[in-house]
Amino acid sequence: MTEETKQEVPAEVVAEAKPKAEMLLPKGNELVLSSSPHIHADEDVQKIMIKVIIALMPAVFAGMLLFGNAAILVILYCIAFSVAAEMIWCKIAGKPLDTVKDFSAVLTGLLLAMNLSAGVPWWLCLIGAFLAIWLGKQVFGGLGHNPFNPALVARVALLIALPKYMTSWIPTRFMNGDVTSYAQKFFTPEAWSNVLSGQLDGVTCATPLGVLSTTEKVLQNGQGVFDNIDNLPAYWQYFLGNMSGCLGETSAVALLLGGIILILFKLIKWQVPVFYVGTVAIFTTVINYFFPGVTPPALFHVLTGGLLLGAVFMATDMVTSPMTKKGAVIFGMGCGIITCVIRIWGNYPEGVSFAILFMNSLVPLIDRFATKKPFGYNVRDDKKGAKA
Amino acid sequence: MSKSKGLTFKGGIHPTKDGKSLSSSAAIQDAPLLEEYQLIIQQNIGAPPKLVVAKGDEVKKGQLIAEAGGFVSVPLHSPTSGKITKIDNIPGPMGVPVQAVFIAADGEDQWGELMSPMDWKTAEPQAIKDRIRDAGVVGMGGAAFPTHVKLSPPPEKKLNCLILNGAECEPYLTADHRLMIEFPEKVLEGAAILGRAVGVTDIYIGVEVNKMDAIDTLLAKADKYGIKIVGLQVKYPQGAEKHLISAITKREVPTGGLPMDIGCVVQNVGSAAAVTDAVVEGKALIERITTVTGVPIKNPSNWRLKLGTPVLEAIKFAGGVVCEPAKIILGGPMMGFAQKSLQVTITKNSSGILLMKKDEITQYQSVACIRCGKCVDACPMNLQPGSLSAAIESEKFDLASKNNVMDCVECGSCAYVCPSHRPLVQHFRRSKAEIRKLTRK
Amino acid sequence: MEIFIAAVIAMAAVGIVLGAIIGIAAKVFKVEVDPRIDLVTELLPGVNCGGCGKAGCADFAKSIIEEENSPSKCPVASQEQVSSIAKALGIEVGDAVKKVAVVFCGGDHNQEKIQTLYNGVNDCVSASLIAGGPKGCAYGCLGMGSCARSCPFNAIEMVNGLAIVHPHLCVGCGACIDTCPRNIIDLAPQDAKVHIYCSSPEKGAAKMKVCAVPCIACRKCVKAGEEDQFTIEGFNISVNYETEKLVDKSIFENVKCPTGCLLTEAEHIKIEEAQNSEVA
Repeated sequence: MTEETKQEVPAEVVAEAKPKAEMLLPKGNELVLSSSPHIHADEDVQKIMIKVIIALMPAVFAGMLLFGNAAILVILYCIAFSVAAEMIWCKIAGKPLDTVKDFSAVLTGLLLAMNLSAGVPWWLCLIGAFLAIWLGKQVFGGLGHNPFNPALVARVALLIALPKYMTSWIPTRFMNGDVTSYAQKFFTPEAWSNVLSGQLDGVTCATPLGVLSTTEKVLQNGQGVFDNIDNLPAYWQYFLGNMSGCLGETSAVALLLGGIILILFKLIKWQVPVFYVGTVAIFTTVINYFFPGVTPPALFHVLTGGLLLGAVFMATDMVTSPMTKKGAVIFGMGCGIITCVIRIWGNYPEGVSFAILFMNSLVPLIDRFATKKPFGYNVRDDKKGAKA
Repeated sequence: MSKSKGLTFKGGIHPTKDGKSLSSSAAIQDAPLLEEYQLIIQQNIGAPPKLVVAKGDEVKKGQLIAEAGGFVSVPLHSPTSGKITKIDNIPGPMGVPVQAVFIAADGEDQWGELMSPMDWKTAEPQAIKDRIRDAGVVGMGGAAFPTHVKLSPPPEKKLNCLILNGAECEPYLTADHRLMIEFPEKVLEGAAILGRAVGVTDIYIGVEVNKMDAIDTLLAKADKYGIKIVGLQVKYPQGAEKHLISAITKREVPTGGLPMDIGCVVQNVGSAAAVTDAVVEGKALIERITTVTGVPIKNPSNWRLKLGTPVLEAIKFAGGVVCEPAKIILGGPMMGFAQKSLQVTITKNSSGILLMKKDEITQYQSVACIRCGKCVDACPMNLQPGSLSAAIESEKFDLASKNNVMDCVECGSCAYVCPSHRPLVQHFRRSKAEIRKLTRK
Repeated sequence: MEIFIAAVIAMAAVGIVLGAIIGIAAKVFKVEVDPRIDLVTELLPGVNCGGCGKAGCADFAKSIIEEENSPSKCPVASQEQVSSIAKALGIEVGDAVKKVAVVFCGGDHNQEKIQTLYNGVNDCVSASLIAGGPKGCAYGCLGMGSCARSCPFNAIEMVNGLAIVHPHLCVGCGACIDTCPRNIIDLAPQDAKVHIYCSSPEKGAAKMKVCAVPCIACRKCVKAGEEDQFTIEGFNISVNYETEKLVDKSIFENVKCPTGCLLTEAEHIKIEEAQNSEVA
């Protein structure tokens, strides 16, 4: 050992010799216990609802452009009344206001508005909103428990209870003829009073499907029966949306854009709209080929009525559509067949709402039978399947 | 030797934050010697080992502490030289108190008598398996199943394929990655030894392609042993046994069955390295490589920890924390177990110590399923987690059993994607416990 | 007018034909049932709780008559009801000891010293799978209320994270005993008024770290009581319910249990309810 000589220890050495800052150790008194997994994808119900609302925006703007202030009012009323209906129910039932905060009520209101004619009075929006939220969703237990699409439940209920209001179609601002002046009314504040008071004066316009239903169907030699609605210039108008109908269903281009957004964001199963529209197209093509006087060709059916709105936004509603891809195919095809049957041979001009509601009721059954076999099922020795 | 992108399995998820960059460049460090180790006695699935020491005994490093308690059991060895101060209960990794042996280290860290090195190229396969058992090697990827049992299938099941699991699909964990980069010889030799033990020459090592440095390192030396290195798509749970086999060999393990039913056996690369130590150097399994990581950790790193190291000490090695953690997880974030005590200690299958901050953790809610179907797309076992969890909530366990809930591997992919934040894995674990209770009655 | 008469006649004819079909079917497909089964079903309490182990009161009545089951197996029936059944059937029946369920744990949230936040399914079996539940003690009541939900008589109340059985409401059907994943609920004779509310086999010092009211096996109660009144199992002591002379309520006064785990039923409920009103 070396001899140590007593020396003055300089200050810097003393400072360095001081113990470094204490290592911070966990105390373990703020621990949270939960099951694995402990991380989560950046996804929740609110984000999904907002993305769907964004995908609806093209169709909303198209509706506002075509039908003017009336459309804007109907949309606002529907959303406001839906949110109010949800809040009232949650208050009465003592549930937290989560379903209001996650925009699901807003989405239901918006979809309901898209399914209504722009000329409906405000009180019809009120009844519709309460029917959609209360009868279509809450009596079943709230979000996730309803078997039927709430907006369609409201639409069908209104259609059957108040058919006069639900079929009072107003023309778009771009239509020609004597309806133009009537249509312009919906864009000037002064002539608003009629609309607000719920009076329907002037001309109401028939939708293409409405015209189809009043046209005499011919079984033999049916060429040219539908020429007034089945001609190329008319198709261009149908594609853009310049026809009367529900405020969200007319503009095919806007709805297709919305559909592309939904599929890109993986918010819906693409099998549902593709197989729905495809089945309608094939079905009507076949019928039109053999009996041209019974129904116009496929393109007419695809572009008119509520088919695109129904196929892209209503049938694809997550809660009421199947959970598997195979099930989605069956669901889409079923909707397509029923829609065609109602349109061609049924009493109503439009069959989309009924078709979707009917298939909604079959979804639990479809889910049960369209399941995938579990991993390794096909190579098992015994036929009993999984052992405990 | 081939380097093909294995056709991966259907389903699965891609965790956006894989957290591996925190510790993937941290070389493995040897942990400093502690004053006391608390060695949990049951560190394997199967029968617990039987103690052969008592309070007051002096033990050497690698000395037998407990002998195997049956065929499906392995012996336990001391991690260091020292004296046994007591045998008492400590909090276990599953929350239930477990018996542990307290060893006060004498500072020398002296190996006792090593087992004789074997020339595995000429040794009898059964002798190799016996050595693996005597060294206490278990599945170190997380299952802790005795390795020698896995290597000894019943005579009617012929094995023809050995796969080493280097996928390490769990986010945040990098222990296997560093092992393959720094000790590729050990891994490859271990694979060859295991191949000889089961009489299989078709040997693969599956590594995810986000670990190209590991793949290249292994490829450079794999020729010598005739082992094929296979690149796998980066997906969770690529490292799950059944899906690893399906990706590499395209064979599916039958439901309710085991890999041996289709002639395959899978081992973790860490287990392979332990096999090399046991056979070539005669060393028992007394330490393992663990990743200590997470946002709250000051220096996320990989450590060679002795068994029985308390979690708090391991956190100290990594420099302590920068903020109070809200979760302490043994394992990875997808399948690891949350702990409620800092006194748990490292066992043979503790692949990671992960700390998480409050804002990182999932908040589960008991809201309704919105039937979006994301869980059905994510499930690698082709189950329907949404419908199953609805049945379990209504306590319809027989319906859940009919819909194959017992096939669930609890990987957590479904709960990861669920927009409603439902505690799906907890439902399935509960259902499995209830079904086992019913079938036992 | 003719249409009205025709309609009435038609409906009457249809009704007569259908009624005749039903009458014939009732005779042809009649199942012979022992009339005593109906009689006994009437005499039973009719709650269909399943406490007897059968699928409802009618099933139990069937088993009494066909398999010679004893009517005293019904935990809900009072002694008079059992005797009236015995008299109606002409059989002998002994007196059964009325038992009620007791939750052998006193660890409510105020007594637990270690607690973590639990985020998951609100069910005891599910919670016990996650690191043994949020409370520090691995052997005590989890407090999620599965037993309370399974009780068909609403006899279990969750107070401050602890399950309490109200003995006057409990009939001893045993549904809660099957539900509890920790197996800390058990049947005790209704006359037993003193219990030791702890089920943990851990050593006293370890128990004190996680709970304020464990049984530390100090044996003060054993010494104060008579021979055989207490059972010692390792580091836990429990009242022996099989003895001839059950522990009397006075022991609670005589023995000042250092942790407060030896309590009379009434005292236990009083303490917990008092906390409830503090919290409320």
